[in-house]
Amino acid sequence: MPFDVTELVIAIVKALVVFVALLSIVPVLIWMERKVIADIQIRIGPNRAGPFGLLQPLADAIKLIFKENIITQGADKVVYFFAPAVSMVPAIITFAVVPFGDTAHILGRKVLLQVADVNIGILYILALSSLGVYGIVLAGWSSNNKYSLLGGVRSSAQMISYELPLGLALVGPVLLSGSLSLREMINAQGRAGVWFIVPQFLAFAVYLISGFAETNRAPFDLPEAEQELTAGYHTEYSSFRFALFYMAEYVNMVTVGAVATTIFLGGWRGPFGNIVILQPVWFLVKLFAILYFFIWVRGTLPRLRYDKLMKLGWKVLLPLALLNLMVTATVKALAPQSAIPIMSVLSLVLVAIGVIALTIISARSTRTPASGLREPSAEGAFYTWES
Amino acid sequence: MQPINCYLGVSAILFCIGLFGVMTRRNAVGILMSIELMLNAANLNLVAFSAYGPKHGLTGQVFAVFVITIAAAEAAVGLAIVVNLYMNAKHVNVDQVNLMKW
Amino acid sequence: MTGQGVAFAVLAAITIISALLVVTIKNIVRSALFLALSFVGVAGLYILLNAEFLAAVQVLIYVGAITVLMLFAIMLTQQIMSAKISQTTEWFWLALPMALAMLATLIFFFAMRTYPVNPAPDALAVGTTMPLAEALLKPYLLPFELASFILLAALVGAIVIAREEKPGATD
Repeated sequence: MPFDVTELVIAIVKALVVFVALLSIVPVLIWMERKVIADIQIRIGPNRAGPFGLLQPLADAIKLIFKENIITQGADKVVYFFAPAVSMVPAIITFAVVPFGDTAHILGRKVLLQVADVNIGILYILALSSLGVYGIVLAGWSSNNKYSLLGGVRSSAQMISYELPLGLALVGPVLLSGSLSLREMINAQGRAGVWFIVPQFLAFAVYLISGFAETNRAPFDLPEAEQELTAGYHTEYSSFRFALFYMAEYVNMVTVGAVATTIFLGGWRGPFGNIVILQPVWFLVKLFAILYFFIWVRGTLPRLRYDKLMKLGWKVLLPLALLNLMVTATVKALAPQSAIPIMSVLSLVLVAIGVIALTIISARSTRTPASGLREPSAEGAFYTWES
Repeated sequence: MQPINCYLGVSAILFCIGLFGVMTRRNAVGILMSIELMLNAANLNLVAFSAYGPKHGLTGQVFAVFVITIAAAEAAVGLAIVVNLYMNAKHVNVDQVNLMKW
Repeated sequence: MTGQGVAFAVLAAITIISALLVVTIKNIVRSALFLALSFVGVAGLYILLNAEFLAAVQVLIYVGAITVLMLFAIMLTQQIMSAKISQTTEWFWLALPMALAMLATLIFFFAMRTYPVNPAPDALAVGTTMPLAEALLKPYLLPFELASFILLAALVGAIVIAREEKPGATD
């Protein structure tokens, strides 16, 4: 292969742009999360630092960095310093295979809007997301703290369990597109004229739920349950190392969202999609829609108990992912040409059944006395129980 | 490309390190880790011959896939035995597990 | 030295040095970490050998699952603060010459023969994933199915072995 300096420069610039963009999405996301949660809880949220409290994450970061860096007695120092970086790096380098646009023509050169087009893209993502657990386990172990260790062990079990449905959910779209490359999957969605969320709705749901668990987000944030574990694996961390863990959680969230956007929501495709400059915009719009959903779920659902979490993973999500895989494979084998329309019809039927079932269930549950809340009363108490 | 003997050499060294580990570790988990090293050495050999072999084929890679499958099964069962051993004996040192010896 | 030569040397060094640390250092958790690093090195060697599918599977299964499982077992079974106890048996001085003799034998036979070398075309451009899938599901279908049976048996066996027996449970 002839060595080309310009290609190298382009590759470095692309990697830098993605890296910086990823790290600057994090404060925006933190601000967005605090604002959205405040909205859900009828509060105002951060509003002092900067316009609309926009500078709040910056203020938080400065505060964290100037705090004392505490190391517990008896901690395994090397591993203790190493763990935050270990949880950060896989989350960032997963982004290398996510395409955020088609080919751009810059100064007469064709530039792929993607750091690296790997032909085993999905396997690469799965392999790296399976490394994320190391940071948490090592942090828990090296802190020399029982609660941290419990948090770490819990999370390793949780993440191993949810990796299975996560990976199996991605196989359905792989079957439909016939490729493991993310770029090729976006092209397949363009050729089919429909995003894979339609023929693979079940897979999308399973992927998102497993994604909550993989990123340790509510309602699956057991590894860092404050009430039970005094925060879990990062109890002993302070200052910049804590900030790294905090950032890693958000980078992970962005990564899971970006993969969902690419595989299920058509990636950079959208109206006027052949204008190259619009493609990253579409990508970001879809990405933030999914991230908003993440925050919405966190603001709405209570944390699951640990045994229920395991039950959900092994007895609900894994069978559902297998069912989806089986049906998709059967349809693909019987009708290779019209697999996508058939799957679309099937998943529309599924969604219809789900909506009807939910309506019936919620209609029944309104009759139970558990929902005995009245409208705000005149005395000023917001909610009062019926006596 | 490197001559195939380089890969075979790395594989041989890896295998012998694993062998040494199996013979010297007291901890049952340590023994399992050494066995995984030996399996990796075998896999490296298979993949090297698959890439350099006289007939271009993927037979070596297919075998490596099977070896990885077996290694996963072996690790699961082996670690289950280790956990069971710990529940019964409160330690995982193989040289102290001598109830059947006389 | 070509780029591939440098990559090979670095990856081989990572693999072998971390493997050595796996079997020699006392702290079993760190030893598991070096095991993961060694597996990553082997995955890199797979990429040099044009087996990118196997490299991804290696990271996914060995690093992401098996080593994490081992860490999990270590944390369940160790009094973690007592990592200072001796981790080696009294067989150390017997094992060392035996391993070295084995190594010498292997290297001798590898060096004695020259293998009919026929390097494959640059498969990174083509991709080996699809031919590998064809091979697994056509000529090797029976072993493939058997492997899934072995996995099922291992799954059931692991649960049965590791399950804590309740004191009052019947059967």
